[in-house]
Amino acid sequence: MTAAVEFHDVSRHFGKVRAVDGVSLSIAEGSFFAMLGPSGSGKTTCLRLISGFEQPSAGSIRIFGDDVSNTPPHLRNVNTVFQDYALFPHLNVRDNVAYGLMVKGIPRAKRYAKADEMLALVKLDGYGDRKPAQLSGGQRQRVALARALVNEPRVLLLDEPLGALDLKLREAMQDELKALQHKLGLTFVFVTHDQHEALSMADHLAVFNEGRIAQIGTPQDIYDRPATRFVADFVGSSNILPPALTRALGGPEAWASLRPEATRLAATGPFYGQVKTLRYLGSGTRVVLEANGTEIAALVPAGQPVPAEGDMTAIEFDPTALHLMGGA
Amino acid sequence: MRSDRPSLLLRVTATGGLLFLHLPILFIFLYAFTTEERTYQFPPPGLTTKWFAVAWARQDIWPPLYLSLQVAAIATLMAMILGTLAAAAMNRARFFGRDQLSLLIILPIALPGVITGMSLRSAFGIMDIPFSTWTIVLGHATFCIVIVYNNAVARMRRLSGGIMEASADLGANAFQTFRYILLPNLGSALLAGGMLAFALSFDEVIVTTFTAGQQSTLPIWMLNELVRPRQRPVTNVVAILVFAATFVPILAAYYLTRGGSETAGMGK
Amino acid sequence: MTAPATLPARGLADRLTSLFWRRPTLFLSLLVTPPLLWLGVVYLGSLAALLLQSFFSIDEFSGVVKEEFTLKTYAELFRAQNLDVIIRTVVMAAAVTLACAFLAFPIAYFAARYAKGPWKAAFYLGVMLPLWSSYLVKVYAWKLILAKEGVLTWAAEGTGTTFLIDGLLAVPGFEGSSLSTSPFGTFLVFVYIWLPYMILPMQAALERVPTSMLEASADLGATRGQTFWTVILPLALPGVIAGSIFTFSLTLGDYIIPQIIGDSSRFIGLTVYQLQGTAGNTPLAAAFAVVPILIMLVYLTLAKRAGAFDAL
Repeated sequence: MTAAVEFHDVSRHFGKVRAVDGVSLSIAEGSFFAMLGPSGSGKTTCLRLISGFEQPSAGSIRIFGDDVSNTPPHLRNVNTVFQDYALFPHLNVRDNVAYGLMVKGIPRAKRYAKADEMLALVKLDGYGDRKPAQLSGGQRQRVALARALVNEPRVLLLDEPLGALDLKLREAMQDELKALQHKLGLTFVFVTHDQHEALSMADHLAVFNEGRIAQIGTPQDIYDRPATRFVADFVGSSNILPPALTRALGGPEAWASLRPEATRLAATGPFYGQVKTLRYLGSGTRVVLEANGTEIAALVPAGQPVPAEGDMTAIEFDPTALHLMGGA
Repeated sequence: MRSDRPSLLLRVTATGGLLFLHLPILFIFLYAFTTEERTYQFPPPGLTTKWFAVAWARQDIWPPLYLSLQVAAIATLMAMILGTLAAAAMNRARFFGRDQLSLLIILPIALPGVITGMSLRSAFGIMDIPFSTWTIVLGHATFCIVIVYNNAVARMRRLSGGIMEASADLGANAFQTFRYILLPNLGSALLAGGMLAFALSFDEVIVTTFTAGQQSTLPIWMLNELVRPRQRPVTNVVAILVFAATFVPILAAYYLTRGGSETAGMGK
Repeated sequence: MTAPATLPARGLADRLTSLFWRRPTLFLSLLVTPPLLWLGVVYLGSLAALLLQSFFSIDEFSGVVKEEFTLKTYAELFRAQNLDVIIRTVVMAAAVTLACAFLAFPIAYFAARYAKGPWKAAFYLGVMLPLWSSYLVKVYAWKLILAKEGVLTWAAEGTGTTFLIDGLLAVPGFEGSSLSTSPFGTFLVFVYIWLPYMILPMQAALERVPTSMLEASADLGATRGQTFWTVILPLALPGVIAGSIFTFSLTLGDYIIPQIIGDSSRFIGLTVYQLQGTAGNTPLAAAFAVVPILIMLVYLTLAKRAGAFDAL
């Protein structure tokens, strides 16, 4: 089976800045693929390389096996949900959604029928006559989605689509997007800087750092087995242990990560220290222990006893929880 | 406690300043109706509407009016094309010479009009170009470009840059994007710019005297009447016409662009 | 059924779009070339012609322009009568600029800080309309007002303040039979015509002063006066300088106002106009026209140092 999107050693340089630097990846058809990374890490540039708004300085990109080096954005059967939605302010919602069909020369009646169908799909039936300015942020987001889906693209690109929404709406939209992707069986490529969003929605993700892919894999892989310190630090809230500390905790002399939730507080354990800070998270309490200038965080699940600040205690953990990783 | 209300002094001076800007123009209207044609006697000894008929019948007013309209129309059209192209280029990513181009666009109105006029006059002299409608248009189009440019650039800056990409993303080629997305969003700003350019050109006298030779535009006709008056109220009738021909487009331009940061007019 | 991942070009428009996409520089040059050619050839070419012309000279006997390089014409600028013209113009421009700054401040400050909603729009239009409306008509309006038998004299007689006008006209340098023929009249009309050019940049600069900053100043115990001198004025200064570029430059080059209002003393603009017209001495006219360019270049350099261009 050919991959939906394939990058072969792709670079994009802006003058001296290497926004994307030798990226290779393959996105399987029908997957929900997330590109995760801090701002400036190259993830958005990668998305724009797929849509065609950027052209690679080196390397090649294939979409369903077609080399797209010479294909401008408007001839790529790939559509984008833009970060700021980029709805056309002078057109009403129906014309916005039907735009892709209009420029293909589909007659009015047919394209309006299809647009209304799309609006129903994103639960905006009856909003066709409104102007974008009359809609809420969440509704605009849905219009942007309907507009991008109307062309029946082979790949749907989403550029931080939920970034502008408030928390509650964002969570609702996450579920909806996931359901929609499942229903349509479409390949979604999704850019975000929010690790929770990436982990909960994607079936595969690539973590970007400084124009390169730091790690690529399933959410489980990335979370449990971060390949580098950067990934461990960026995804989740892992303890990052320098070689000496790893050794002191019973591992080999190498960098390692240790998830707070993999630890338990105990009377004795490999790390004994004073409770420095407590942070109540609702689902549990994050306890930071300090000894000799090093800190380790542990997670006490809700309902279990929590020590007081200043108490002395130890943590213990299953030796397999100690995950060794490379540098950087 | 400090109140956040303007002091009386500030209110009086601000209002006074605005009145100072507007009141003088009213006298132009008043003097068009005076019965006194040799002096500027105030208050007018009597009022009459006959000067409008006299002005209508004066054969020396019509050719300058036609010339002014013709020049303003051509200059505006050229400025709209060139100004829009320049704005579109400047709206794109940075390129070599961008700052120089923006300086070059602003220069014709940043330098005193007499310099633009004298420069063109020198060039016509050196190249032996005879004065014609086109020599006037050349000058007018040059300083009108920046008016259209300013309006277009401000609107483009306000438009979400994403909509052009969104259009391409949805399958529109460059021409479709221009027709269906750019033009509808830019249209009113261009129209406003065009109207302001028209008003500016129709009223221009400083550059025109250097590029017109023996031809007379309406402002040049007026200038001659001011220096060597005859039938002074007729000049007022023409002044009202010129005033209206600039006032109406300005007001229209304001309403076309209001609500944006780019409201027309800054940078005449 | 699956749609293809890429679509074929549908015609010339698609092919051209592809070309522009592959060669963005080509597209950019298509956009830039026409305005660049126009401004580069017509405008810069003319400025070059002006410069060239100023290095020519006129044959004193035949009155024919000699197209040979010489500095003779520039030397003529330093004759006493010509230096007079330059000094008079610069002094006038400076005086007009100062007066505009003083008059503009309350309007700009009120509009920036207190005018809200429809009042804001009214203030904006109130400044914009006089800025754009016909220049000649405005000058003409002042001719009516300042004339000996005109509005001002009538108003002065009515209020018994004729002595004020007479006193003004008795000041050395302001002499004239009425304000319409006095240099003070010239000054007054200059101020009136260029005032909006000072108000707008000043207002723009003042609008950028956050209200919170004024409140902070008051909070720290500053009086209104202290807030004005230490906070508002320094922050408004770039706007004042930006506005002064207009008022200064426009006064330097104007030749209509001194022709219609005042005692017919010569200014740079008027001199250029007369030299190229009736006198037929184009080289000297060109040399004279270079003077405001040089003055403005110095002025702009100073203004740029003061950060005035952010307010434009």
